[in-house]
Order: sequence, then C-alpha cells, then structure tokens
Amino acid sequence: MRLTLKIWRQSDAAAAGAMHTYEVDDVSEDMSFLEMLDVLNEQLNAKGEEPIAFDSDCREGICGMCGLMINGEAHGPVTTTTCQLHMRTFSDGETITIEPWRSDAFPVLKDLVVDRGSFDRIIQQGGFISVNTGSAPEAHSVQVPKEAADRAFDVATCIGCGACVAACPNGSASLFMGAKITHLGELPQGQAERDIRVVNMVAQHDHEGFGGCTNIGECAAACPKEIPLDVISQLNRDLRTALRHGH
Amino acid sequence: MTSVAIQNATPPLVKGARATQSTIFLKITMAVSGLIFVGFVLAHMYGNLKAFAGHDDFNHYAEHLRTIGEPILPHAGFLWIARAVLILALVVHVYAAATLWKRAKRARTVRYQVKKHTGAIFASRLMRWGGVTILLFLVWHLLNFTVGKVNVKGGATNDPYNLLVDTFDTWWLTIIYLVAMAMLGAHLHHGIWSATQTLGLTGSERSRKLAKNTAFTLAVIIAGGFSIVPIFVLFGVISK
Repeated sequence: MRLTLKIWRQSDAAAAGAMHTYEVDDVSEDMSFLEMLDVLNEQLNAKGEEPIAFDSDCREGICGMCGLMINGEAHGPVTTTTCQLHMRTFSDGETITIEPWRSDAFPVLKDLVVDRGSFDRIIQQGGFISVNTGSAPEAHSVQVPKEAADRAFDVATCIGCGACVAACPNGSASLFMGAKITHLGELPQGQAERDIRVVNMVAQHDHEGFGGCTNIGECAAACPKEIPLDVISQLNRDLRTALRHGH
Repeated sequence: MTSVAIQNATPPLVKGARATQSTIFLKITMAVSGLIFVGFVLAHMYGNLKAFAGHDDFNHYAEHLRTIGEPILPHAGFLWIARAVLILALVVHVYAAATLWKRAKRARTVRYQVKKHTGAIFASRLMRWGGVTILLFLVWHLLNFTVGKVNVKGGATNDPYNLLVDTFDTWWLTIIYLVAMAMLGAHLHHGIWSATQTLGLTGSERSRKLAKNTAFTLAVIIAGGFSIVPIFVLFGVISK
C-alpha cells in the first residue's frame, strides 16, 4: 500500500505545531497502524529527519498507552485501540489525517504525544478503596451478586486511554469517571467511600479543565472497550445521592 | 511518560469539594428547568389545538386560563404564578447553558483539522445555537401574541382567535413559526433524553432506549402539534 499521511508535528509543549504531509510506501495491509508509523519513522531516520513521536506500550490493546485521532475518529474507524487497528481498514492511495488527542487537560508534549496526568489525578481523588493491608480476607465472606460482578468487571475494562475525551465535543471525561464510579459502586467494598468518591473525582475533573457532559454519545462510540453511556447516568445518580447526603 | 512531563508543574488535588459546585450540579439544574419547559410546551400545544374548535371555544379557553383557581386565586393569579416559574426556569436554563458552553470552549482551544461525529444524533449538535434560535423566537412570539400583540393585518388584537388567524394567514410569519418549531423539535429530541440521563435515570441499556424513544416521540408530538395550527390557517382550513 502507498499512503499519504497528514501528521501534526510539534517540537515541544511550548512550540506552535502544524500539519506536515508525508508519503509512505510498502505498507502491508497486515501491519498495525503503529507499525505503519514505525515504517515511516525508519524512512525519516534514514533521511536524518526527526522521527514522529507517538505513545505506545503493550501493542496488544490492553494498556491504554496508544491513542491517535485518525481521520477525525479516536483510534480510527474500528472499535479498538490504535495498536490493534490494521492497515487493511484503509485503501491503497488513501490520505490519512493523524492528530493528537485535543483537550486542554491533555497538553501536547511532542508531536502526537499528550500528557494524560489529569486522569491520574482524577483517580487519585477516589478511584480506589481504602483497606488495611495484611492477610487477605476469606473471599466468600463478602458475597457479590452475579449481575453486579459482571457489570463491575465490564466497566473495569476501561484502560484510561482518553479516547472518550478526544471524541467528546465538550472535551468531557465523564465516560472515564463513570466507568470507575460504576466499577466501585457495584461492589460492596466500594460503598464506604461512595459519596465522597464521586464528589472528589468530579471536582478534580472540573478543576483539570475538562468540559461538562451533554450526553451526545460520541465517547461511547469511540471507546475501544465499549463502555456504555449507562455509566454516565450512574455517575450523575451517584452525585445526586451525595448531594442529598449533604456532601 | 516522557521527561517533558516532569517539567510541567502538577496541578494540585482539589480539597474541600462540594457537590453543588460541580458541572454535574449545573447540568441537574439545566435538566430540571428543561423538564418544566417540556410540561409547559405540552400544555401550550394542547391549548393551541382548540383553534380547530372555532372562534368561541378558543377564546373561551384563553379566558379560562385567567380564571383557573378562582376564587382562591385572584383573576389571572394562576397565570402569573406559571409565568414566574417559567421565567425562573428560563434564567436557570440559560445561565447553566452559557456556563457549560464557555467551559466546553475552554476545554478544547486547539480544534481538530478533521473531526467526525460518530455516535451523535444531528439534534445533539444543534442544542446550543438551536437554543439561541428558540430564545430569539420566544422574544418575537411574546411580542406577537402576549406583550405587544402585533397584528400585521391591522385587525383587532384583543381577540385571541382572530389575532391567531390574521398572523398565520401571513406566509412569512408561518415560515418563521415552522422553522422555530423544527428547532424546538430537535431541542426536545436530544434535550428530553439528556435530562433523563443527567438525572441518572438511564442506568441500563433498556432504560436508555426507552428514554431515547420517549424523547423522540414527545418531540414529534409537541413540534407537530404546534405546527399543524399555522399550516391549517395558511391553507384556509382554520379561518375567521
């Protein structure tokens, strides 16, 4: 395959960036999107040009490190992570526009790499349960209904990649927060800190500069882990409950 | 992350957070005020359909709105209570919308070169400018029928039925009205669903689908119900 790539280049966080156009040849349709960028970077290296910076780690769709805006869609046109997106999705001769996640809460560090530390700080504000360390309690002593366990597990698959924020017209991180709120809210261990968790996480979310949710649904459509919009309803409901409890 | 991240000062963690200061609280006020409007437009649309019953029935209905609750309430007492509630709801709704709009703009100051809107219904993309359009129409509508009572045909303005027929016999006034109703329909299509989600009532796939279908149905009933009166006036079915 031969492709034309329009890629955002930005030398560092403070610099002004711009779109640059590259031609890349000999792309196999079995390559992943990131392997295609590796090929381009080898070409750039050979020419003595600065390679394109992008994030990646596991390259098997489970770590949440990679994430690119591809032709206006977070992680591209398939419901998966960028590393699991294959070039067979595209056609020979196609022009592909590649941009970093755009959110003021995810500042661009270089080219396509953004700083998602704001997600870490939201988690620091309540994405955990407080337990004393020591020997693990007997697992059967706390029973969890099957439906609750399944739902908690399904939403716990959120890998924190940030595609929901990237896709959201308001730049909101509600799907990310909702996934964590629902995950812990479904389990007995999550109840003690339930009210304060939602209030603190939402406060940090707002403080980081993420936008408010208007229930459009582009986040759930972009999510590589198919987290449903229901979790945002759960998030809103938990906040309303916390409000009623005087938090 | 890369070494550059270390150079960035870490924003502090928020202390002493309050639920009332959150964006979600703002959205809840927006949802509640919006649902008040839904109740109002449903009742208003129903009242307008009285135009099909003719001059006397329509005017009798209009007069009755002023006598609801008498003698416990004074004349037009109920009407003024309703107006006060609606004005308050409007202030809350517009304030919350403007605040969230400004926030959303600040959340993405560098825009995408290419952006698709996978997963979004068209109506959801019209909410903000559509809301502004509805607000402008509301000003015009009140000037036309309530505060100013403008009769472009120069006829009587103290006769609600005749003012209605004279107004919608004028093609361009009917066009303005129909465009506004299309905007209202779109606003309700997304808004009703969005309100249920914001209030946390759609925590399952089943309830989400029910809320979306209800929103669409109500939007069609309300916008359609409003629209048939001017259309039937323009085509002479409803006449003086």
